[in-house]
Amino acid sequence: MATDTNTKSMSMIVTKGSLDWAYPPFILATTAAAMGLDVTMFFTFYGLTLLKKKLDLKVTTLGNPAMEMPMFGMHIGMPNLVSAIPGVDAAASTMMKNLIKKKGVASIEELREMALEADVKMIACQMTMDLFEYTPKDMIEGPVLGGAATYIETATKSDINLFI
Amino acid sequence: MADQLLDVKGLNCPLPILRAKKALKDVPAGGTLEVLATDPGAVKDFEAFCRTTGNELLESKHTDNVFSFVIKRTA
Repeated sequence: MATDTNTKSMSMIVTKGSLDWAYPPFILATTAAAMGLDVTMFFTFYGLTLLKKKLDLKVTTLGNPAMEMPMFGMHIGMPNLVSAIPGVDAAASTMMKNLIKKKGVASIEELREMALEADVKMIACQMTMDLFEYTPKDMIEGPVLGGAATYIETATKSDINLFI
Repeated sequence: MADQLLDVKGLNCPLPILRAKKALKDVPAGGTLEVLATDPGAVKDFEAFCRTTGNELLESKHTDNVFSFVIKRTA
């Protein structure tokens, strides 16, 4: 990757670790890298789980009143309340993964691998590692450990900074 | 006829762009890559991709639900 001073750069803070919220950061990171930008991703709180070796991502209908699924030729709303029924979130997650496959959308594992291949820099939040008792052994190879100051230094030099 | 052909039919955003970027690495400077896609979003995306990366979009066509793009590697 080019590192001359004209290279544009993007940084993002990744704070969410559900299947739906995992997409925006990885789609934007891989695309920006493909367009020649230097990209840094800072994974903190629930976003940190996206760096685990084994991903088992889920969606929930809870707190997501806009969620609709295409079923039986229409869009079926998913009321908040149904997430209390055992098995509903698991079913919604399976349904979402099936849709992802059917529509030719990349898996998160695939996008993460492409991000690493494209030299996207990944920083795992050290404080979150301590807080949730993760060790580097739980995580994929590639990310470096760092904190808020590490991110801020990158952000001050980036053309685009996103919080997701 | 382009020097190389990339078929990303059936793939959705951002895969057409990511695969094209990868394929362009194997195209010599001045050479061309033809991309076949079914993602309608690819039309605007390949324009933006080429403008940002400095490659030249020689052709953007739409026939029978297939979008085809010819990119000249100039970057």
